[in-house]
Amino acid sequence: MSGKRQFTPLEKKIIHELQQDLPVVRRPFAAVAERVGISESELLEKVREFVADDIIRRFGATLRHQRSGFDANAMVVWEVEVERAEEVGNILASFREVSHCYQRPAMENWPYRLFTMIHGSSPEVCREIAQRMADAVGVEKYDLLFTQEELKKTTMAYFGESENEPGN
Amino acid sequence: MQDKHSEGKENNLLLDEMDRMILNEIQSHFPIEARPYQVLAETLGCSEEEVLQRVQDLKDRDVIRRIGANCNSRKLGYTSTLCAAKVPSRLMERFVEVVNSYMGVTHNYRRDHDYNIWFTLIAPSKEKIERILGEIVELTQVAEIISLPAERLFKIQVDFEV
Repeated sequence: MSGKRQFTPLEKKIIHELQQDLPVVRRPFAAVAERVGISESELLEKVREFVADDIIRRFGATLRHQRSGFDANAMVVWEVEVERAEEVGNILASFREVSHCYQRPAMENWPYRLFTMIHGSSPEVCREIAQRMADAVGVEKYDLLFTQEELKKTTMAYFGESENEPGN
Repeated sequence: MQDKHSEGKENNLLLDEMDRMILNEIQSHFPIEARPYQVLAETLGCSEEEVLQRVQDLKDRDVIRRIGANCNSRKLGYTSTLCAAKVPSRLMERFVEVVNSYMGVTHNYRRDHDYNIWFTLIAPSKEKIERILGEIVELTQVAEIISLPAERLFKIQVDFEV
């Protein structure tokens, strides 16, 4: 979160390549290293460094259905005064049914400050989970926004177009 | 898209114990090693050949979408936000088409609310985000779009027990 790190052209190239799908071969990193133009061991060292520095949040497989058996997803939004946001956010995040929990700005036409994604086997189950969460934090004003349709889900292509990169 | 989903769901039921062990391992603990599948084989007590075969099979069956890096956009110098829009049904098709055309829009969902479209937008700067949102309003005539950038992250679960 602190300090803006500058990335060399080589590092940008490495990050861009690592976001592609790793080939399923005995030495997959050797294949990536070759595309980047460095040795396999140099590449492995860079990947480990990026993971250690949390530049790569996670390296591994992304599944098509991240919650198999969970058919209903809801974004539950919570109207909480700013003074209580941290305390309430921490409690909501502790529920194992919650996969994501964020604080975002409230505004005139959007009073909800906390956002949680919850997963359940049915809409009814999601409502029960939300009610238990509401009881735990003593917040009465909340709403469930069920996912009706997935319109897009992809991975960001960082450092993909040179004219479109973060400035210095 | 709908077909692909139900297809994948059925495939999930066909996972055996070794598939599950592999999936649980490679979501977050993919070995950053010259021969990652050899390392996995040792952990799981089978051969490198078997792990390779099974992972390829899981990809062919579309259980695994991708193997690669998931980056921290902020650390890379990018800015991200969650946007919500009130889209009347007559403008829906055009709106989705325009929004999805941006590379920085990685997730987009229809939800049951007055704000019925929710999408994430990642861009190299705040100014670029403003510019893209301005373009979307101009191209779609949907004026009610709010941008809700995260102020604090409490939880992001990155892997899921299979």
